[in-house]
Amino acid sequence: MRFLGVAAPFLVVGALWEIVAQSGVFPPRLFPPLEEIAATFARLTAAGILPHHAALTLWRLAAGFAIAALAGVLLGIAMGRSRRAEAFLLPLVSIGAPVPGLAYAPLFLLWFGLGDSGSIVLVGFVALFPVVLNTWTGVKAVKEIWLRAAQTMGADDRRLFRHVILPGAAPYILTGLRLGLAQAWRILVAVEMLAAVPWGLGWLIFGAREFLNTDAMLAGIAMIGILGLALENLVFRPIERYTVVRWGMIAA
Amino acid sequence: MKALLSILVAVILYELLARSGWFAAALVPTLPTIARTLWGMLGDGSMERHALNTLARVFAGLAAAALTGLVLGFLMARYRAVERFFSPLVSALMPIPSLAWAPVFILWFGLGNVATVLIVFYAATFPMLINTWTGARAVNTLWLRAARSMGARGPALFWKVVVPGASPFIITGLRLAFQRAWIAVVGAEMLAASAFGLGWVIFDAKEFLNADVMLSSLVVIGAIGLAFERLVFGSLERATVLRWGMVRAGRT
Repeated sequence: MRFLGVAAPFLVVGALWEIVAQSGVFPPRLFPPLEEIAATFARLTAAGILPHHAALTLWRLAAGFAIAALAGVLLGIAMGRSRRAEAFLLPLVSIGAPVPGLAYAPLFLLWFGLGDSGSIVLVGFVALFPVVLNTWTGVKAVKEIWLRAAQTMGADDRRLFRHVILPGAAPYILTGLRLGLAQAWRILVAVEMLAAVPWGLGWLIFGAREFLNTDAMLAGIAMIGILGLALENLVFRPIERYTVVRWGMIAA
Repeated sequence: MKALLSILVAVILYELLARSGWFAAALVPTLPTIARTLWGMLGDGSMERHALNTLARVFAGLAAAALTGLVLGFLMARYRAVERFFSPLVSALMPIPSLAWAPVFILWFGLGNVATVLIVFYAATFPMLINTWTGARAVNTLWLRAARSMGARGPALFWKVVVPGASPFIITGLRLAFQRAWIAVVGAEMLAASAFGLGWVIFDAKEFLNADVMLSSLVVIGAIGLAFERLVFGSLERATVLRWGMVRAGRT
């Protein structure tokens, strides 16, 4: 019954799509019926083409995001702990953050080259801002009293950092990482279209346009949707459960 | 004052890099070159024309998204059936980046304004919808009961209690929607615009290695984004939620 409740809207939208597709208002090349999209999805998956595209997209996402996560958390902690770092970096971060990341795309492609290097650097750069800002806020939000309590109990700097500051800032850091990953994901697909990489879901969709393969484009979009949902449910929920919820920082 | 200092340091570092001769002058232009290009483009009116085209596209998409998000969000909060029908669709479509649809929209509607505005619409609708929906559900039930017992019904209850009560969420939604729309329009113009628009300029300049034009447009994009964030949304907040006493002043 619950399943039916969730499935019903998709059935209705699917039926509407099917009616429009079969009515012949649009040429079937441009508006393929669902069974054709499903068949293409199955065919491309079986041939290993779709998984290959997806794997390369995910690899770029992981590489770019890893840069952003590492640099972002380090910079954020530095800004939270040191006055001088904060005074220097905060104005730069606040100027850079509101500029849409894609606006940098052609420049980065020019500087770092088309293909993997340019797109990975750009994705990392774009995802950096939410990570830095949230880590900084998190470190600043660690309660003063916890720090003092730990210090009076004889915690040295390393222990203070490892056992008080890091867990204290963790919910914010995770929020930052989550926002960063979401931004990286939104931008990566577009970057793949612009950067002329030979593989990747963005390229698959963009390249399919040349040959009017609307079914392949929609199959690619379906794959992007599936991966997006999987990222949210399989990556972030478990991380949150194992860290901040277990440390009792937020309610389960 | 300190902010100016750190910006100055960053600017000097860039200038040194540009003058060091390690990179081609066409790729890393010096600041005077960028300033001259920007001045020239502002002088002959071409930059204004690009900016106006981009703004028109953003507002068309944002207006449609705000309307859709508000109406659907309130309906979803009010009627169980509407919520049950749309919420699975929303969670399935939301993780797909709006720019992934770019090639499909181009194929269906051709290069140009329709495809660009639709991409902006897709990007901006979800934050607006989610925030309106959450905001309308988060209205204090005590207020609703109090208003009802004082005889408020239907439209009065909606306009005098639900809308002001949900307004902090709605304003946040609008803010997020603008940020998303601003990113989306730049990407959409790179992929789908046939002439004019800040994103199009940047992408077009890449063909001719005009890094100075790219950086000039980047400055304009950043300035417009910042102006909207600070001036438009700041005063919108003051005129609505602050005046109605929904959030306390003195945050910013």
